[in-house]
Amino acid sequence: MIADILTIVWKEWKEIFTQRGRLGGARAILVFIVVFGVFQPMQWGSAWVESTTGLVMWAWVPLFLVMGVIADSIAGERERHTLETLLASRLSDRAILFGKVAAAVGYALSITLISLIAGLVTVNVAHGGGRLLLFPPGTAAGILAVSLLGALLAAAIGVLVSLRAPTVRYAQQTLSIGTLVIAFGLMFGLQALPTALRDAITRFVASAGPIALVFIALVDVAILLIAMARFHRSRLILD
Amino acid sequence: MQEAICTVNLTRDFQTVRAVDNLCLSVPQGIVFGFLGPNGSGKTTTIRLLLGLLQPTTGGASVLGFDICKQADEIRKRCGALLEHSGLYERLSALDNLEFYGRVWQIPSLERRARIKELLQHFDLWDRRKEIVATWSRGMKQKLAISRALLHRPSLVFLDEPSAGLDPVAAAALRDDIARLAKSEGVTVFLTTHNLAEAERLCAQVGVIRGGKLLAVGHPNELKERASSPRAEVVGRGISDSVVSKVAKMNNVRVASVENGRLIVDYLGNAAIPELVRLLVQEGVEVEEVRRGAASLEEAFLGLMEAKA
Repeated sequence: MIADILTIVWKEWKEIFTQRGRLGGARAILVFIVVFGVFQPMQWGSAWVESTTGLVMWAWVPLFLVMGVIADSIAGERERHTLETLLASRLSDRAILFGKVAAAVGYALSITLISLIAGLVTVNVAHGGGRLLLFPPGTAAGILAVSLLGALLAAAIGVLVSLRAPTVRYAQQTLSIGTLVIAFGLMFGLQALPTALRDAITRFVASAGPIALVFIALVDVAILLIAMARFHRSRLILD
Repeated sequence: MQEAICTVNLTRDFQTVRAVDNLCLSVPQGIVFGFLGPNGSGKTTTIRLLLGLLQPTTGGASVLGFDICKQADEIRKRCGALLEHSGLYERLSALDNLEFYGRVWQIPSLERRARIKELLQHFDLWDRRKEIVATWSRGMKQKLAISRALLHRPSLVFLDEPSAGLDPVAAAALRDDIARLAKSEGVTVFLTTHNLAEAERLCAQVGVIRGGKLLAVGHPNELKERASSPRAEVVGRGISDSVVSKVAKMNNVRVASVENGRLIVDYLGNAAIPELVRLLVQEGVEVEEVRRGAASLEEAFLGLMEAKA
């Protein structure tokens, strides 16, 4: 099973990096790393490692990266008529599903980590002033956990949306609109609340870090279980 | 001879449509079996059922001795498939496509490399192995897809229209390959094609399906004999319309016509060649050649389609 998952990951990564041509794929990743690993740390200065608000960004970054590739991975395979041949092979439904999820999550986390390391280098070079600027251990662990769980959540939701989407474009649009609705909904919803209530909610979320992570992990598992239940050969062939 | 495929009342419904209707079929191991039928006749659904990609509504089947409902994984391990679409990853190179499926079939690294090279060289694709598949012609893609289906040396290969898009030379080479697979390596080939001349040359058995129902099955010659009347073909000079109409009025003659300068006579029963020649000579026809003709598989196929319409 592990070998089969790695085989799918191998193929998915090959496809991701050749999606816009060999150079185009690398260029898109490079632009991303420059924006999040160079420009932002330059602008933020030492606050980039000291502030916990960065956690919010690192929850969203892998989410967007995953959404871009997971839709192509499932709805795209069906649209390009490669899925049926894959399903006619010896691979199990689960190996295919987990391989696709692992490829998307691994891709997003790799770029996130490279951006983080590039950011650390940038911050130290531009704003270090002779001292070593590092994330506090709690923040570093929080960023990694939030990135991983955010990427998994996006991948699991992406699978569910892609299973029903007739085309890649439809899947990507649905995911993007859904994400924007949630993001703006939270933002404007919070702003619409009375100040006292809003502060209370903010304090609760800030203090409930580990509980929030466990909650997201449980949601991840639940959505992955639903995706597993729906990712069946006979359904995929007929959809 | 052992059976590679055996279906018993295999049926699959899609809402209001019955795609496969009580299909009873037996395909011996090590032969090329041609599955013929018009578009939408149920060929693809049958292949999907046999590969365990779809569950039957009723009935059942075994492939290589494994049940399609309970042991589909075992079937897929032992089968290769070129389905309706080539299923190639067009953004990847030819080498990457085969490398991926080589890994899927768990072929050890060294053996995998050797096998990929062997297949690509055989199909004249080795020099272009690093090119992105999207830039290739349809025929090249088809050859690559066939290479992929044969990569892991399966015991049974499903080939859905394998010669579609191939030029005549490549199609003839592919026919030789398919025939060799069955003859030398004992591979069973389940072939669907609209090219009936190809099926006639290649298949030890053919099955004709329409509306999900199996209309006929047997050796192409049996089908031709069963579905068509005996025929005589005459080459000569002086075959006028009046001669044709006199021939048409002979006993046992179903229809007489001239095609490409030849007199074609279809009989209801046995072809009475001596009487025909006698009449032609009496009418002043200079007979150069008389041949007992048989309808082609295509004519037999069309006859079956008309008969059951």
